[in-house]
Amino acid sequence: MANPPATATTSVDKPIVGSLSEVHADADRPLPAHPVTTVMEARDLNVFYGDFHAVHDVNLAYGRNEITAMIGPSGCGKSTVLRCLNRMNDLVTGARVEGQVLYHDQDIYAKGVDPIAVRTHIGMVFQKPNPFPKSIYDNIAYGPRVTGMKVDSMDDLVEEALRGAALWDEVKDKLKQSAYGLSGGQQQRLCIARTIATKPDVILMDEPCSALDPIATARVEDLMIDLRKDYTIIVVTHNMQQAARVSDRTAFFTARPDETTGNRTGLLVEYDLTSKIFSNPGDKRTEDYISGRFG
Amino acid sequence: MSIAATTAREVTAQLATGKSKDRTVGSLVFLCALWFSLFFGVMVLVALIASTAIKGAPRFDAELLTNYTSIVRPETAGFRAGILGSLWLMLFTAIMAVPLGIAAAVYLEEFADPNKPWNRLIEVNLQNLAAVPSIVYGLLAVAVMALLGFDDAGIVLGGALALALLILPVIIITTREAVRAVPREIRDGSLALGATVWQTTWRQTLPSAVPGIATGTILGLSRAIGEAAPLVVVGLAGSVLFDPEGMMSKVTALPMQIYSLTSQSREELREAASAAIIVLLVMILGLNALAIYIRNKFQRSW
Repeated sequence: MANPPATATTSVDKPIVGSLSEVHADADRPLPAHPVTTVMEARDLNVFYGDFHAVHDVNLAYGRNEITAMIGPSGCGKSTVLRCLNRMNDLVTGARVEGQVLYHDQDIYAKGVDPIAVRTHIGMVFQKPNPFPKSIYDNIAYGPRVTGMKVDSMDDLVEEALRGAALWDEVKDKLKQSAYGLSGGQQQRLCIARTIATKPDVILMDEPCSALDPIATARVEDLMIDLRKDYTIIVVTHNMQQAARVSDRTAFFTARPDETTGNRTGLLVEYDLTSKIFSNPGDKRTEDYISGRFG
Repeated sequence: MSIAATTAREVTAQLATGKSKDRTVGSLVFLCALWFSLFFGVMVLVALIASTAIKGAPRFDAELLTNYTSIVRPETAGFRAGILGSLWLMLFTAIMAVPLGIAAAVYLEEFADPNKPWNRLIEVNLQNLAAVPSIVYGLLAVAVMALLGFDDAGIVLGGALALALLILPVIIITTREAVRAVPREIRDGSLALGATVWQTTWRQTLPSAVPGIATGTILGLSRAIGEAAPLVVVGLAGSVLFDPEGMMSKVTALPMQIYSLTSQSREELREAASAAIIVLLVMILGLNALAIYIRNKFQRSW
């Protein structure tokens, strides 16, 4: 961010433990071996679409260089929460966000924060691979071009991004060809490459593998684990095995029907280390969901 | 006999009955009615074109395109002024209507808040404007030209203004459809990379929508090129004996010439008018063919 928030973004990284213990009582479990600090944090996040209360009071902290998975049944608000993290919900007519989303202590919903700048720090990969109808090269170069990134050599940047997304060897001879000629899995990795070309800090992924076959899914999952050392990844998934395979922490959401209107409002049930969530969940609803009794 | 064999024979008996429920009397009558409707519609059109072509056949020569109309020598009357006039009118119509139409459509699709009452009012009005009789646009153009202080009637600018007003709603509506057909995911992908709405519109949405916009524009122009009514009101002459030279030049158009010649008593002039109708039809079909070509060649399935 080029404006005042820039000072805030580079400042203190604070430990995640405090926020976690609010969500879950027994904070004396061993944390992952790598150092954990908060990059993003949702505080009392409420989202409304018109009169519809989509998400209720979510408090959630995301650790640096971790993969955080958000799981839960359909309509539980997990994608809504994800789209709040880089202000993509701004684009939905009638959407209203209350509470705070902190990115390095800067509330990205505060007055004067430019959502365009937010998105250059917090990139996003979507459910359906959505390459632009351009060449592979131009797909990667698009982000740096529109954001006016200072680039010494665009060719090098494109190669770096494609290598980062484990796609370089497959496409290095056809960079000028249309991205639509790639397979679905390649297209999704191209979208990941496109995102990392703008050098974000956090990558949001909204069910990135739901349109892919198992082999392509496995490759994207491997890629996510590779990317974790350089980026913070927050992933929404329907696939519990995927959450169990790739994520360090898992947040379980569910939907609670309103007694009067019947509208289903999403809320966070439990947030913990993935191993804990899947082996010894602290909440009955989580246990029911992951054991397949519900959802 | 095994059970399986029995079952197979029963199934065969049920399936191979030799008749089809699609071939009952009622459905055949209905099918005939459909065929007749189709035949009738097409035949009327074919008969019209054929009789016009036969009538104009003696005049399918180069002079038809290169000569001016002449009362003195009706057998060599040509439509040079009308053809050139129509082309000039199309050029200025396009210059006025296309940028305005695309800009309006992009505003309505990408920037306007659909919940605001004035935007909804514009929406409803656009649909109505597309259905307004063309002569009304002629009157509107006369009023605008008078307000702007142009004294001369029947100049290129006036005619083009009437036609531009006429096709503006068509261009706006087809452009909106083309822009709307660009998937949300493409916009989201661009915005998520930190592009502004403006950049997304210019670099993603509009380029992807160009084939649809071009098709709609050409179809709008092909409607405009066949119009005579608004041009009559604007005061275009039925006959002009010089080529148009600019926006302020007096001009005629092919439909105007046809209109004025069909009411002439001289057989040769009516013959020439028939031939000119075929020329006009060829021009319109050419434009439509171009639109179809562009649509098929550049259309993208998402």
